[in-house]
Amino acid sequence: MSTANAATARRAADIVAQEPAARKRRPIKSFYPTWFFLPAIVLYVVFFVIPSFSSFYFSLTRWSLFDAQFIGFENFVQFFRDPQLYTSFIHTLIYAALTSGSKVILGFFLALLLTSPILGRGYLRAVIFFPVLLSTIGVGIMFKSLLDPFHGMVNAVLGFFGLPQPGWFTDPNLALYTIAGVDIWKGVGIATLIFMAGIVAIPNEYFEAARIDGASSWKTIRLITIPLSKGATATVIILSLIGGLRSFDIIWATTGGGPGFTSDVLASVIYKQYQAGFYGLSTAGNVVLFLLVTVIMVPLSYFLNRKPVEL
Amino acid sequence: MFARRTASRIAAIIGGTAMLAATLAACGSASGSGSTTISLLAGGNDPVNTKFANDLATAFQKENPSITVKVETRPGGTDGDNLIKTRLSTGEMNDVFLYNSGSLFQALHPDSQLQPLTDEPWAKDLTDDFKKTVSTDKGLYGAPWGTTFDGGIMYNKKVYAKLGLSVPKTWDEFISNSEKIKAAGITPVIQSYGDTWTSQLFVLADFANISAQNPNWASDYTNNKAKYSNPPALAGFTHTREIFDKGLMNKDYASLTNVNALKMLATGKGAQYPMITSVIGNVVQSNPDQVNDIGYFAMPADSGDPHATVWAAFGAYIPKSTTDDKLAAAKKLVAFINSAKGCDIQNSVGTPAGPFATSACKVPDSAPALVKDELKYQDAKKTGLALEFLSPIKGPNLEKILIQVGSGISTDKEGAALYDQDVKAQAQQLGIKGW
Repeated sequence: MSTANAATARRAADIVAQEPAARKRRPIKSFYPTWFFLPAIVLYVVFFVIPSFSSFYFSLTRWSLFDAQFIGFENFVQFFRDPQLYTSFIHTLIYAALTSGSKVILGFFLALLLTSPILGRGYLRAVIFFPVLLSTIGVGIMFKSLLDPFHGMVNAVLGFFGLPQPGWFTDPNLALYTIAGVDIWKGVGIATLIFMAGIVAIPNEYFEAARIDGASSWKTIRLITIPLSKGATATVIILSLIGGLRSFDIIWATTGGGPGFTSDVLASVIYKQYQAGFYGLSTAGNVVLFLLVTVIMVPLSYFLNRKPVEL
Repeated sequence: MFARRTASRIAAIIGGTAMLAATLAACGSASGSGSTTISLLAGGNDPVNTKFANDLATAFQKENPSITVKVETRPGGTDGDNLIKTRLSTGEMNDVFLYNSGSLFQALHPDSQLQPLTDEPWAKDLTDDFKKTVSTDKGLYGAPWGTTFDGGIMYNKKVYAKLGLSVPKTWDEFISNSEKIKAAGITPVIQSYGDTWTSQLFVLADFANISAQNPNWASDYTNNKAKYSNPPALAGFTHTREIFDKGLMNKDYASLTNVNALKMLATGKGAQYPMITSVIGNVVQSNPDQVNDIGYFAMPADSGDPHATVWAAFGAYIPKSTTDDKLAAAKKLVAFINSAKGCDIQNSVGTPAGPFATSACKVPDSAPALVKDELKYQDAKKTGLALEFLSPIKGPNLEKILIQVGSGISTDKEGAALYDQDVKAQAQQLGIKGW
């Protein structure tokens, strides 16, 4: 009976979650003649299907843009032998887990706050969402200057109060976490929005009943809000985890994977290979990244969307 | 009724076709009117490169009113490399483009992509070193623009004079100088990892010392025999780490940028900066009164006989896709770069950072003081080309690896071993035999 709530939440950000009901086959009955679809099909084939398949082909070649020499799986062998691959792989997992987890937790509590009757709610909702609208590269450059260890505003303030002034983006032990922090700041707005849609969709009767039964607010959150916004949670987890696994722009704009290789992730390693002119190798890397995201996300998505909530 | 409809359809089709044809014609070149339009791709998008290309085009058009030159800029660094390779491979390259010589030039597959310029009249004026860097076995493909420049240590002469130091010849002398500078409260060695490429100089600028000891090192390296993990090439990695271990670097080494590092050097807050001298143009912009306080010495060598590592001038090239009238116009433009007027533009817009690669241009007397320091090595014949002009292989990750070494994240030996692997990947990509 309460699947309707979850469904509402999903509709709010209908991107990844798939309704099992929608999978039921209905006979295709189109209003339009087939040739109506031709332009779309041509665009789809030219810009999506052909590039996808040619990328699988080029990942098996040594490609200099001028010519491509077929070398079988050598690119994949070399990609996995890359000395930076292992550390970048670990960094990718840390980064994805950290940003995704923080967005879920922070997003949920911010959504709770912003759906409750507080002063300036509309303004606060807008403020939380603003960073999402900014260009990632712009955010990266902004934080790079704010967090500059010697001339940045943040360290100037810390220094004024006599606190330590860390090299946010330049300390090898800190760089990856600083970037994750920036990513969370920028992305938490969208998680909050999805959670808000989920929470708002929960019928008020549940809360009223709970109040009459004398449930504490913590109990209300734990037993009503959390289970009934499960659809929203699944959407946030899936979206932010995929985003985290293939994250690149914010890292490139702030540290470029540095200092050295200490904040390198899979996507930045691949990009650097492309930059170096290893076109076949970087294409192979993208195929690996595609497979990695698929291997993690397909079972997870299946698991998260498996069963309706039972109260 | 039916006929009229058909007629109007036909009229519409004809009208449409005519419009399409007119549009296509407008896209084509305005040939036949006696004027030619060619495009010039600048060597970057920074102020100096942009101004050089624009000034060159303006001066050229004044002398050749029938030719119009359209200037386009491009990103520098690896983004620029990819842009140029993409344009060449799709036949979209500008009629004249300004680009590096040496290994980056070789990666363009010159024999199949570029117009040979072997028989152009200016070719006889080129230095032999430069010819090597823009040629394949089959011919010469580029004209020089800008001067050659050296890599080594740029130092503040006033600081050296004040502390009574002399130019070091061995690495030990360099370290002892640095300790004295540190004791005087001045930053001995400036590093600027905020611009990652600047981390490479202890290794790259040491190459003339390596080739002085072993003239075959470059070819051994290309043939998978010589490695950075072994002496003498390991020295560059060791020196990068030693500066860190002995605390001889500026505190903000991890975030300092090249431009700010040069300001530090010019004002005497820092004394020594491992660099390529071509950046002196930035000092002319930022600290014009202190340009001549900056001097140059070659990377100190363990042998005590330091050689200056020389970077060849950049090249101007014409792609195979440029033909006929445009080719003739493009060749005129390339020749113009090293004409008397072209030389003036090179000297006024760019700052000479060393001798020219052609006898057609002369370094003016007003050149920065460090050029005279460079010429001393030239006159004493104690120079050697940088490795990138002698071997097609340069690992793409050297700058990051050296930042790791120079920030204490990994040791010199680890860094060198990592770089050897990087080199191997590049050699395989280039399809070089024996890897």
